[in-house]
Amino acid sequence: MIRRRRARVLATDPFVPVNPTVPRPQTTVVVPRENPEKVRSRAERRLKFTTVCFVLGFAVIGLKMGTIAATDAREPATGGLAGADIVSARADITDREGRVLATNVTATALYAQPRLMINPLTAAEGLAQIFPDMEVEVWQKRFTSGSKFYWLKGNISPEQQQAVHDLGEPGLLFGQREMRVYPNGQLAGHILGGARYGQQDVRAAEIKGVAGVEAEFDDYLSDPAREGAPLRLSIDVSVQTAMERVLASGMRLMSAKGAAGVLMDVNTGEIVSMASLPDFDPNSRPAPPTEGTPGDSPLFNRAVQGVYELGSVFKILTIAQSLELGLTNSGTIIDTSGPLRQGRFSIRDFDDYGDRLSVTDVIVKSSNIGTARIALEIGAERQQSFLKSLGLFESTPVELAEAPGAHPLVPARWPDISTMTISYGHGISVSPLHLATAYASVLNGGTRVQPTLLAREGPVEPGPRIVSSRVSAEARNMLRQVVTRGTASLAEVEGYQIGGKTGTADKPSPAGGYYDDKTISTFAGVFPAQDPKYVIVVTLDEPSIEAAGQLRRTAGWTAVPIASELVRRVAPLLGLRPDFDPGVDTFGEYLTQTAAQR
Amino acid sequence: MRILLYALSVSVVVILAFWAYGEGYETRATERDVARLERTIGARHQELSMLRAEWAYLNRPDRLQELAEMNFETLGLIPLAPDHFALADQVGYPPPAPLALPTPPASPQVWAEGEALEQKIGDVIVMTYRFGADAKPRVISPPTLADDGEQLP
Repeated sequence: MIRRRRARVLATDPFVPVNPTVPRPQTTVVVPRENPEKVRSRAERRLKFTTVCFVLGFAVIGLKMGTIAATDAREPATGGLAGADIVSARADITDREGRVLATNVTATALYAQPRLMINPLTAAEGLAQIFPDMEVEVWQKRFTSGSKFYWLKGNISPEQQQAVHDLGEPGLLFGQREMRVYPNGQLAGHILGGARYGQQDVRAAEIKGVAGVEAEFDDYLSDPAREGAPLRLSIDVSVQTAMERVLASGMRLMSAKGAAGVLMDVNTGEIVSMASLPDFDPNSRPAPPTEGTPGDSPLFNRAVQGVYELGSVFKILTIAQSLELGLTNSGTIIDTSGPLRQGRFSIRDFDDYGDRLSVTDVIVKSSNIGTARIALEIGAERQQSFLKSLGLFESTPVELAEAPGAHPLVPARWPDISTMTISYGHGISVSPLHLATAYASVLNGGTRVQPTLLAREGPVEPGPRIVSSRVSAEARNMLRQVVTRGTASLAEVEGYQIGGKTGTADKPSPAGGYYDDKTISTFAGVFPAQDPKYVIVVTLDEPSIEAAGQLRRTAGWTAVPIASELVRRVAPLLGLRPDFDPGVDTFGEYLTQTAAQR
Repeated sequence: MRILLYALSVSVVVILAFWAYGEGYETRATERDVARLERTIGARHQELSMLRAEWAYLNRPDRLQELAEMNFETLGLIPLAPDHFALADQVGYPPPAPLALPTPPASPQVWAEGEALEQKIGDVIVMTYRFGADAKPRVISPPTLADDGEQLP
């Protein structure tokens, strides 16, 4: 049976419009529009911000590129310990011609690490065989004591190194280092001074100067910025050799205790040669003396450190001042009748030279009385300021570590008796170098020179004027006459017109007073006198020689022959051509030569 | 098109990477070279300073003096003295060659004559350059030498 579906009854017509009972919500929401000006300005702000960010970013990049481009390119970490530029830690020292005075060589040091040793006992035995000064028991004890490290030898030879290698002991090791060497041995030992090791390591050791130029220029020599450029001294090796030889033989001949010599360029103050005997080898500098007077040690530099009463060599300074002040001229007659009494002192001459002498003859005969009278005319104050202007009151500015310690001995008070004695070189103690500087300043035409050990580059400005060039010429002429007809007649060398003054002073005894039989004999001079080139000072300590029938201690018999031999040897080496023309000894020549020079 | 672009850029990156690595290795090799050279230069400098020290040591005035004394017979060196200076017209120049005579042609005989010439001249010290050039090299009896051939003072 088929059931029929009931037809669905559709309720209502869907298309019938229905009246909504609930009113539909109105969707017309009013969105308030923003202010276009505001929007614009905000966008602008954002854009600006972005721009600034970009500009900053690019600026940083640009700056970085700029700095990279501007800086020097640097190799990233090339080269090892031994680079190409830094050859040695300490620069060489050369003489004025570039001849080596001090240099470095590589050396080998020996050290031990007992922990690495296989057999410490046999190692110590083997070492004792190679190095005789090492004691077996001592080192056996040390190697087995548990210490980690020992320095054995600071510097061993290649043969010794091979012998140590042959021991086959891994605990014995070698370190590389540099060693300071003075190839000329004793030559210029006092000037160079010497060096020792400072901080040391197994790979390298620092070299430090002990004395002399080495100590004075310690920082300068080891300055890496100078890339090992050598230090050039004003010393000339050949002249220095001749000086030391002549002084040594002269010292032996005169049986003197010591000798000192200074040769100085009269215009520049360069010290061409300076020697002090006895000397030492800077390669093995002796230990400072623990007993005796330090002045007798070979380490003592008599030319710089030794301050002595040098005697009559001072007279020319007094005379030059009186000429400069116009108190006298070379012909003025001075009363030399003696003895000259001043308080409880009386001043005598070596011989009686008569009652009156001209100023020239006061120098030629070396009259103490005449010089003292002239000094009284000058007066203490002017004398002091003159000697001060010559640098005789302070230590020399020469470039040696010892120089600042060598103060001249000057009286604290300056009564008339000091004025008188100092006028002929007693009562004031200066070094030979002081004297050479003073002589150079007075005799080179009258301008002050500063002593130096460094070779000067280029011409030197003349220093402040001390005396006029005419006074300088007159002083030189007087000194020349000392040699031709005075106390220094043995100084004459054909061709080189030496002018100079002798000085003999009794040595002060430490107990007070003066020794009778111990003198300091000095010759100070200039050559050639009419056209001064070099100043020479020779000082002998306690000389004596049997000559012409009696024992002589005066400088005329001791220091003068040595100085003359020195000039004979040294002047040709300095390239000075001898002039045998007798016309050069006239006073007119002195004036014209000086005029031509200035 | 896009694939091509990608492929191209990837290959460029690869090529650049190879190039950069290559440059890096080359740089390191060069650096090693430079370091080696610097070490060599340093060692040479060290040798040079050693040789300088040796030169200075061998030329020290003491040794030269002793050598001059040892060889005085042949060299006749004495210290320089003031009378060693002379004027230029005091120098003994060789006499001018005679112009008229034709100069004999240089023959080996001249050389062979060297010894005979020396004997003929005898004691006369001839200092002309001709004698010096023609003479046979003379053997100067050497002073005693050390093991290594150095003249020991």
